[in-house]
Amino acid sequence: MISVDRVSKVYEDGTVALKDVSFEVEKGESCSIIGPSGCGKSTLLFIISGLLKATSGEVRIEGRKIDCPSKDVSLVLQDYGLFPWMNVYENVAFGLRVRKVKKDDEKVIVNRTLDELGIKNFEKHYPKQLSGGIRQRVAIARALATNPRILLMDEPFSSLDALNREKMQNLLLEIWKKSRITFVLVTHSIEEAVFLSRKIVVLSPRPGTVKKIIENNSAGEEEYRFSDEYFRKCREVRKSIEFGVI
Amino acid sequence: MSGSQEINRIWSYLISFILILALWKVLSHLLANPGVPTPERVLIALISDAKLLLFNAIFSLSRVLYSISLAVSLAFPVGILSREKLFDRIVSPFIYLLYPIPHIVLLPVYILLFGIGDLSRIALIATILFFQMVVTIRDATKNISEYYIYSALSLGASKFDIYRYIIIPAILPQVLTALRISIGTAIAVLFFAESFATRNGLGYLIIDAWSRADYEMLYAGIVSMALLGLLLYILLDLIEKKVKKWV
Ligand SMILES: Nc1ncnc2c1ncn2[C@@H]1O[C@H](COP(=O)(O)OP(=O)(O)O)[C@@H](O)[C@H]1O
Ligand SMILES: [Mg+2]
Repeated sequence: MISVDRVSKVYEDGTVALKDVSFEVEKGESCSIIGPSGCGKSTLLFIISGLLKATSGEVRIEGRKIDCPSKDVSLVLQDYGLFPWMNVYENVAFGLRVRKVKKDDEKVIVNRTLDELGIKNFEKHYPKQLSGGIRQRVAIARALATNPRILLMDEPFSSLDALNREKMQNLLLEIWKKSRITFVLVTHSIEEAVFLSRKIVVLSPRPGTVKKIIENNSAGEEEYRFSDEYFRKCREVRKSIEFGVI
Repeated sequence: MSGSQEINRIWSYLISFILILALWKVLSHLLANPGVPTPERVLIALISDAKLLLFNAIFSLSRVLYSISLAVSLAFPVGILSREKLFDRIVSPFIYLLYPIPHIVLLPVYILLFGIGDLSRIALIATILFFQMVVTIRDATKNISEYYIYSALSLGASKFDIYRYIIIPAILPQVLTALRISIGTAIAVLFFAESFATRNGLGYLIIDAWSRADYEMLYAGIVSMALLGLLLYILLDLIEKKVKKWV
């Protein structure tokens, strides 16, 4: 379980990014964080991943306080953060290399992960040779290769076109159903949040505070996208976000 | 695609080369001055004194290579360690205070310290290159996007991993650019450094030919120095092609 407990963040220049944010994500569950840009979503994800320290409050994972990056947590950054000087294979293998995984094991794991995400054909390509959709897959593959128990993603699909976006959402859902990994997803999109996550944390404009937490327990199947329940939830989330454009 | 581009490139180099020769030829006839011998006569000097030129070119080449290696092996660690706050606070004032000095004036000091042998020559060239490179490498290191660092840290990278997998490969293209610039500088300073207290090297050969008014030899020396530079550039190009696949 991830528990975010009264987390506040004030940057050195005095910017108050987050104020008293609290929520929990059960093990194996999926959660979306939604809010206007600049409200501190990325900041919150950085704090959960242990890359950034909260000014006050704390994050616990399975009861253990987080103050540095944990081996059980993978983070996919907003612009993917792929290393342009490594090809797809090397990017995906990175987390294993720094963990000193044996070369043979590395090969097996990387190949399996590349297969899972349908990017085996691109293993020798460099990021600049890839489309946004493939890059996103590589970033997810890299995060999954280390077999994390928690996957954090910062606006993973915001730069994809509508079609690719839906494809990736379905893929993500499949991975989640198979691995029962705990997901925390930052997104701009109400539909994405409702489709992918069983809990939706709505943040207010900066400084980010929890405006509302919406349970969405019917999420988790591909068909959900076409159900009345789905549209009802989208409306509910939209209503809770009065700030209009996000 | 790249194959035909390559051939085009070779053609344009060849054409420029021929144009330079033609211009030289015309100029030498127009001026009719022994200070501008015709290209054929220089070519004859190049061939008949090939052994002597090669012998001296090897001296020059090894001085340049020693200097560049020395400069890189100091500038590289100092440049990338500028990421470490404490190190940077201590070292960067020194660099910025010493950077604006025209380092070539250190020659007398080096001769006092290291004698009039090759050590002084190499130290002089290396000093000049060091400052050029360290500033470039430092800036390149500081410009690496924090996102790469965050990405790597979140995947479990240690501090050492960050240097090995992120910082060093990320700045390699700029290091190569710095090297390219340093080749030109190194050869220019080399000429200066070989113009005194030595009896070998292309610089010496040029100065010597000049004093004997042996203009064919003078030009043969200049052409050899140009070829030396060209050789180093081509070498660097080959390395660059390997390293810069991802840019
Ligand atoms: N390193 C930093 N120093 C100062 N302010 C920052 C820093 N990083 C982000 N901010 C500010 O904090 C606020 C929240 O940023 P961020 O978490 O990136 O928001 P979001 O991801 O929701 O768009 C923004 O106003 C941003 O400008
Ligand atoms: Mg953000």
